[in-house]
Amino acid sequence: MQPITSPHAHSKNSTANVMQLVLLATLPGLIALTHFFGPGTLYNIVLASITAVACEAAILKLRNRPVAFYLRDYSALVTAVLLGLALPPYCPWWVVVVGTSTAIIIAKHLYGGLGYNPFNPAMVGYVVLLISFPVEMTQWAAPRAILEEGQSLMGPVSALARIWLETPVDAYSGATPLDLFKHLDGQTVRQVYDGEALFREGRWAGAGWEWVNLGFLTGGLFLLYRKVFTWHTPVSMLVALGVMAAPFYDGGSSASGGSPLFHWLSGGTMLGAFFIATDPVTSATSRRGKLIFGATIGVTIYVIRNWGNYPDAVAFAVLLMNFAAPFIDYYTVPRSYGHAKARPGRGTP
Amino acid sequence: MTDFAIILIGAILVNNFVLVQFLGLCPFMGVSNKLETAIGMAAATTFVLTLASVASYLVRTFILVPLDIEYLRTISFILVIAVVVQFTKMFIDASSPLLARVLGVFLPLITTNCAVLGVALQNTTKSHSFLESSLYGFGAGVGFSLVLILFSAMRERLAFADVPVPFKGAAIGMITAGLMSLAFMGFAGLI
Repeated sequence: MQPITSPHAHSKNSTANVMQLVLLATLPGLIALTHFFGPGTLYNIVLASITAVACEAAILKLRNRPVAFYLRDYSALVTAVLLGLALPPYCPWWVVVVGTSTAIIIAKHLYGGLGYNPFNPAMVGYVVLLISFPVEMTQWAAPRAILEEGQSLMGPVSALARIWLETPVDAYSGATPLDLFKHLDGQTVRQVYDGEALFREGRWAGAGWEWVNLGFLTGGLFLLYRKVFTWHTPVSMLVALGVMAAPFYDGGSSASGGSPLFHWLSGGTMLGAFFIATDPVTSATSRRGKLIFGATIGVTIYVIRNWGNYPDAVAFAVLLMNFAAPFIDYYTVPRSYGHAKARPGRGTP
Repeated sequence: MTDFAIILIGAILVNNFVLVQFLGLCPFMGVSNKLETAIGMAAATTFVLTLASVASYLVRTFILVPLDIEYLRTISFILVIAVVVQFTKMFIDASSPLLARVLGVFLPLITTNCAVLGVALQNTTKSHSFLESSLYGFGAGVGFSLVLILFSAMRERLAFADVPVPFKGAAIGMITAGLMSLAFMGFAGLI
């Protein structure tokens, strides 16, 4: 081995630095969510962050680890922010608290903390909530554009009342574009696009939702530019989702599953592709592994969205592939330069 | 054709024997510490599951139903499974010593795998035909193999994790299996 000679290039790409970049990159999506659906997501994030930091500090204290040192890597905050973005706005406070504490305590610290968790903590929290409290988790606020005359988005105060006292406000919850596509009821895609206000007010894939996804796409491209992750996972995931959607689009008939563009810009697609699936701890490691990992997530998302019970499937697909990631790694050990082809699981001999 | 695809997808993913029906948890937790042994166990179990569901179908249709002694099905299926496993072991020992060495002690252990009895009994309650029974048995085996192999690769990694002492070993394995079970609920409604 040739020793590395000076000058020793110093990279400040520490964990904390990367996590701060990720937090920064969620801003466009967060702004879009707040603009179209009101302040609910902001409250989600604040509540989730407080819970996450409290849980993290408590566990570190229990395990006699340096609390301040681990809190300063921002990883608990990233988990909290991603979960807060994924949760429906104005969901009751206990939903956020239960989800975040599950994510931090069970999915992260039972496995030994950052770097050891096999599952993405935010997605574990989300799936636990979705299965335990399906009613609260499937009520999405109606976007600004389709509110009727005289209605307006919830203000900061009424939103607080909704979150803490659970005052019923039926008028504000509505079906998401993915919900509508689950129940086409014999309508063609054109009829749905013309008939439903959610699509009439939107440009490509439903009012509000398309901009939220474009926001997360922007943030994701920024992270890609800053080399926080490589292109392999998000690109293969989006391509696989598009390839699955294209043949089942069926020319927009009543049996259509939605166009590739619709699938790219609805639900949690972009958040999942750029912020969840790219988690370096829980995804596959090698480039070939990342391609397989991302593509399988894309296919699974489409299968569950189109034929399963749940409207969106990013969380399920990511968890399923987190489960498969060690196996993928085992069989995609890259050949290191100057060595023979690696044997599965052992690296170069 | 679609009927057969539905049976296969149902047995592999939607009603996965380990993660959704919680059958065969003993080998799932016991033989998942190393990937290579898990692969051997998965192959042997798939073989036995397919053969046992075929054999139990034959026993039910040609012995139990004509003699009107269907209430004996549990005990007779246990007998059939033990015979099938023993027969497989003798056959493999004689024909392929290499395979016998790879499968080793796992082959006789499959007798006590409740997934095998589960497949036979479910074939009865779902009144599957001959072809459906064999497909269901095969699908159950593939689902078991998929989950067992992925889980063992994950446990090899967990062995190096800084897990808190009270959760080391089987405890964290159980928690992982629980989280996997949650993820598999996403397949609900596919068929």
